Amino acid sequence: MTLKHILSAVAALAVAGGAMAAGADLGNTQQQATNWTAIVMFAAFVGFTLYITKLAAAKTKSAADFYTGGGGITGFQNGLAIAGDYMSAASFLGISGLVFANGFDGLIFSIGWLVGWPVITFLMAERLRNLGKFTFADVASYRFSQTPVRVFAASASLVIVAFYMIAQMVGAGQLIKVLFGLEYMYAEILVGIVMLMYVLFGGMTATTWVQIIKACMLLGGATFMAVAVLLQFGFSPEALFTKAVEVHSKKDAIMAPGALIKDPISAISVGMALMFGTAGLPHILMRFFTVPNAKEARKSVAWATTWIGYFYILTFIIGFGAITNLIQNPGDFYVGGEIAKGLKGGGNMAAVHLSKAVGGDLFLGFISAVAFATILAVVAGLTLSGASAVSHDLYASVFNKGCSSEQELRVSKIATICLGALAIFLGIAFEKQNVAYMVMLAFTIACSSNFPVLFMSVLWKNCTTKGAVTGGFVGLILAAVLTIGSASVWEAVMGNPKGSAWFPYNSAAIFSMTAAFFTIWLVSILDNSAQAKKERALYPSQQLRSETGLGASGASGH
Amino acid sequence: MQDVLDRITSNPKFHEFIAMRSRYGIIMSIISAAAYYGFILLVAYDKEFLAAKLGAGMTTSVGVPMGVGVIVFTILLTWIYVRRANTEFDATNENIIKEAQK
Repeated sequence: MTLKHILSAVAALAVAGGAMAAGADLGNTQQQATNWTAIVMFAAFVGFTLYITKLAAAKTKSAADFYTGGGGITGFQNGLAIAGDYMSAASFLGISGLVFANGFDGLIFSIGWLVGWPVITFLMAERLRNLGKFTFADVASYRFSQTPVRVFAASASLVIVAFYMIAQMVGAGQLIKVLFGLEYMYAEILVGIVMLMYVLFGGMTATTWVQIIKACMLLGGATFMAVAVLLQFGFSPEALFTKAVEVHSKKDAIMAPGALIKDPISAISVGMALMFGTAGLPHILMRFFTVPNAKEARKSVAWATTWIGYFYILTFIIGFGAITNLIQNPGDFYVGGEIAKGLKGGGNMAAVHLSKAVGGDLFLGFISAVAFATILAVVAGLTLSGASAVSHDLYASVFNKGCSSEQELRVSKIATICLGALAIFLGIAFEKQNVAYMVMLAFTIACSSNFPVLFMSVLWKNCTTKGAVTGGFVGLILAAVLTIGSASVWEAVMGNPKGSAWFPYNSAAIFSMTAAFFTIWLVSILDNSAQAKKERALYPSQQLRSETGLGASGASGH
Repeated sequence: MQDVLDRITSNPKFHEFIAMRSRYGIIMSIISAAAYYGFILLVAYDKEFLAAKLGAGMTTSVGVPMGVGVIVFTILLTWIYVRRANTEFDATNENIIKEAQK
């Protein structure tokens, strides 16, 4: 892949309004002057969180502590931690950048990322908590034969984690250049090593607290910025919008929907990926096993939804605040002081520049540190869920059944180290690649593999092992293949000529998810084996536990 | 323990209860999906409606309160469900279990 390919790919994406297909992406950035305030604040964050890790390490003795933090996390805390997992740097910087560039379109985009949460609340949260112990595969394989379901669940989880992780690691490298003025490589090693310390020594307890602290810092910082912006306009959104329309080059168009939605099929498909993909992300699902019971599990999603929704409203205000504050001061925020050359550090830096405009250098340092800490926390959550897929689903349930908790814990730590090394390697390998599609691909795979299997195994009596595993793999493969055929990969990444993409839509979800559900249904009803009969006969007892919580694994299997 | 489980499974109240709760969950899911897809379809098919101004001489378009409304509505819907599930449903659930344990 040549530089020309990358440039034309970026241009093609921008023109096609590819933001929706791409997921918020940080793109390629230019290294800026070293920002010591940001570095010191970030160092303080790392120091503090490592101290918490040390406290958590004393309590992380069993596999249960490692996977679920002992199950003693409250619904409110878990809600903040889920929000911390979900509010990535890409969504903070990417969505505010999108609002800065296109106004209203940014709001449409952000709403899509919220709509998966009610589905989890209404259909999944309680049943997940009642049936599961450490990973979502515990739930999916409850009445099925363990080996095939676990192998499927671990494969799907690792694929999802890998794509999500590459996007985060590349984002970290790009961010460190702009925010701290340090080299790309530093970010990879720094994120890799600090994240390893959290997960390795503090397990789920430390990871949860890192998420909570980061979520509070991000929500606090964003609230401060939004309030500062509204204060400039006497708390009148109308006055803010009027000023923004006056200074923005697109004028009144920023108050109306633009090019974000190309065709209705793509729009619905992307909506499905976001809506149901959220309910299939392994690092999110894993968080449901950290609370003591179904009541707290429900509370955690309600709090998570609240914080995430609130956060998206803030990013909208922040995006408009950036329009009114930055465009009039091109000397401070634009390359060479010229608006035509774009924002310093790229379009996604709107929120970062706004932090300087409203809070000076100190607050700029704070927001930069928060943005980077965000990536660190998300990567830690991903690594933990990947490691548990290896140690709990593959090792303890397939390769060495009946192993002790100590053995399982040891394997999960080895898996953590391997995943950490892999994350660093992938981050470096993909430095110059276009990774814009990867988060969306992770969501598409999640909604086409994990989600259908989970949904059908818990809610449909006639579902069998064969049906679940075949359908899950069909969804996984189809999601990946169709995504490769779409313009955002076929043309933008693989460098094929424009217009040659053989899959015409932005997202594969509508096809791959439907295919997964259909295959699970078809293979299950055709499955008349003795094993299938046994599995169907087990449904009532599974239902009893999933609905009432009787026999549910207590606070993490104590 | 097995007796308790059998007694719950054979209790018609239990089946009524879980059917009712599942129905409630599905209805709530449909409402939230309808709110989202309704908004997205407006974006796809009726951009003018969303671009219309809230009032004469105003800059704020109809789309802004609608979009923020979808976010707030989603949050409210989640809390309405959780509130009912954590009080009424959990109480019913406990009663059914207690009845079976007698």
